[in-house]
Amino acid sequence: MYVRRARASLRGWGGVAAMAVLCALALAFVLLLPCTQRAPQEPARAGQGSATGVQARADGCVDAEAHRQTLAPSGADGPTIEAIKARTGAKRKLVVGVDQNSYRWGYRNPNTEGARLEGFDIDLVHRIAADILGDPDAVQFKAIPTSQRIPAIEDGRVDMVVRTMTITCDRLRQVAFSAPYFKTGQQVLAPKSSPVTGYDGSLAHKKVCTAAGSTAYAKLAADRKDGRLPATTDISATVPNQLDCLVRLQLGEADAVVTDGALAASQAAQDPTVELKGKAFTTEYYGVAMKKDADDLVRRVNRVLVDYRAHGWQTSYDDWLSATLGEDASASEPPAPQYLRGS
Amino acid sequence: MTHPPKSSTAPPPAGAAGAAAAPGIPAQPGPPVHPATPVLPAPSGAGVPPARRTAFAEGVERLRAAATTEPGRLRIIGAVLAVLVVAFGAVTAWQTSERSAAADDVLHRSQPLSSGAAGIYRSLADANTAASSGFLAGGQENAASRQRYEKDIRTAAGGLVTAAANAEPGSASEATIARLNRLLPEYKGLIERARTYNRQGYPVGGAYLRYANEKMQKEMLPAAEDLYTTENRRLDADYADATPYPWAAIALGLLALAALGWAQHRMYRRTNRVLNHGLVAATAAATVALLWLVVGHAVARSGLDGSYAHGIRSLNVLHDARIASLKARGNENLSLVARGAETITVDGKPYDAYYYDFDKDMGVLGKGLTEAARLADDQGGTAPVRAAEGSMAVWKQRHAAARDEDENGNYQQALDKVIGAKGATGECFDSVDRSLARAIDHEQAEFQQAAGDGRDAMAGLPAGAAVLAVLAAAGAVAGIGRRLSEYR
Repeated sequence: MYVRRARASLRGWGGVAAMAVLCALALAFVLLLPCTQRAPQEPARAGQGSATGVQARADGCVDAEAHRQTLAPSGADGPTIEAIKARTGAKRKLVVGVDQNSYRWGYRNPNTEGARLEGFDIDLVHRIAADILGDPDAVQFKAIPTSQRIPAIEDGRVDMVVRTMTITCDRLRQVAFSAPYFKTGQQVLAPKSSPVTGYDGSLAHKKVCTAAGSTAYAKLAADRKDGRLPATTDISATVPNQLDCLVRLQLGEADAVVTDGALAASQAAQDPTVELKGKAFTTEYYGVAMKKDADDLVRRVNRVLVDYRAHGWQTSYDDWLSATLGEDASASEPPAPQYLRGS
Repeated sequence: MTHPPKSSTAPPPAGAAGAAAAPGIPAQPGPPVHPATPVLPAPSGAGVPPARRTAFAEGVERLRAAATTEPGRLRIIGAVLAVLVVAFGAVTAWQTSERSAAADDVLHRSQPLSSGAAGIYRSLADANTAASSGFLAGGQENAASRQRYEKDIRTAAGGLVTAAANAEPGSASEATIARLNRLLPEYKGLIERARTYNRQGYPVGGAYLRYANEKMQKEMLPAAEDLYTTENRRLDADYADATPYPWAAIALGLLALAALGWAQHRMYRRTNRVLNHGLVAATAAATVALLWLVVGHAVARSGLDGSYAHGIRSLNVLHDARIASLKARGNENLSLVARGAETITVDGKPYDAYYYDFDKDMGVLGKGLTEAARLADDQGGTAPVRAAEGSMAVWKQRHAAARDEDENGNYQQALDKVIGAKGATGECFDSVDRSLARAIDHEQAEFQQAAGDGRDAMAGLPAGAAVLAVLAAAGAVAGIGRRLSEYR
């Protein structure tokens, strides 16, 4: 049954990957023909292939720049915010989809009273609720499964999703994203005593665990083929979820893990004998996802984020992430926001 | 027959050969055969020197010589009758004791082993379910679910020892049992790690639980199912040994009776005496033995067939249904543990892997219960199956509500609807499990009753047939002897 599932998901991703490659080719042609001012920067990236995160789509969207496709901040109430504020009594709450299994990001701590949800994402949610409804605790958390993140938004079951959600072109077509609130990238996690030093030749003859169908796996496979990763690196260990890699690592079934730096940090926080090795070797941005037509809410969240970047972000980082991502937050700070979305 | 040097073994085969010839003789009426018989020995005597004759040829010669006189023929007939009747008795004793032993194996060996294997299978699945329920309860895991898990592990370990003691060395079962023995502590280790991390509040505990579950679902349960299938095959083989008609014994019995009848008819024609006491007694004894054989075996066969149709078949279906309900419950729990960590894409739509498996398991359970209801043949069997079907329907409803809550992000409500005290799906699962256990007990008792009856129907048959055959042989010899004495 496991094999079949893995195969099915591979097949699914195979299709996506093939489409992405086709789109990349099409875009390369479009870009090469006019030979625009981007020329000096583009070839270097294009050489790294689609797995670097430069996944182009027919609508001109590029994953590496998808985080700029958002609306300018504004504090004005529109129909979406008015509807939220119109909720009465116990229902006067912001309904937010979160994760409860991502340690230090959004997780239910069973050892607090009432098994409270805690983490970096959760802090941000409280901040947004305080801004919109005037009460940081006016939040109804909904622990939505990964597969339900987008349907939950589309069906209006949640007002927004704050759940380590990477801004991509694919998702932009279904939902709207805020400006990025966190910068991360694929990173290597290994035991402290391991000779692995990062995403480099030290991975030779090592078993590297990734989540099946993840961008991490696609990147590893492409780089091994291109020779950027030693050919002796064994990347056959794939698991359904990135957290399963920590299990394999602890059981000695894998020597290193490659996943989002933010989630790798969450893994390291659960096991003091492992640590992040080297720097992130791709770039991804987390954003708050909302309904596609909820323009007023997107603008409002972007305004909250501007404020939050200045006051609050660093405190949250120190509270939850500095222990495993390092005291210096510069690698995780989101870029200065750009608001390129027209409508 | 072709080993001449041993003259001591030669006479019985000669008798047997004569026996085959003897019934043939009457075709050419007895006394006036003189012209024919001398002709045959003459050429052989002329062609082959007398010194070169084999013991067999000599025996044939002597028989032929004896067949020329009435006392000689009577002796031959007597010998043939005695041999036939004794052969009938011996074959009956042999065939029925073989079947009776196979029936005993069904009752006391292969069926208990088969249900033992089902027990291993069930307790493994149950342990997995109990572990996930306990996990969901977090630090507040109650004593009952912990005990249930520990008891299941103990039952499985004990069952494996019993199965190992009964497995033939080098067999596939032995390899399967060894594998399960290796996997069980591995599984338990993973569960303990999951518990420890869970108590500390680390989500990686859930990952351990999913890993343990995968080990259980992908490796252990298939192995346990293998073992169960192998034991069921052994059970089927024992049934196949116990139920076929003892055709050889029946044919020999009919042949012996026909020979006895012919001998009495011949005697009546020659002497006009209607009854020869010895032969009548022999006929009666052989008839009783044959009737006992046919009736006894028919009863045993119908008992055994009934135990299969009403017991084993229902048991197999019920065991499968119970496993399906356990798997469904395990997946229901795990969907809440995994929180969408594993998804599966079917026809382009992503589903939670555990909810998907849950729906599949419920389908199997539903089909199993329908089949079990069809196979159940009395109130005692139907009632628990109907009860299980009712509980399953409620379970599905409550599950749908719980899944709604879950997919809407109302985790605590979903959890309450799954492992809560009242109105939770746990109640329905427990009730399905209890009903199925009751149905299994009932079918097990029915099996025991029918198979026991079947086996008892053959009790005493081997010994009885042997005694009757000896009596019949004695009667035949006595009857012929009485007639022979008239020639002295």
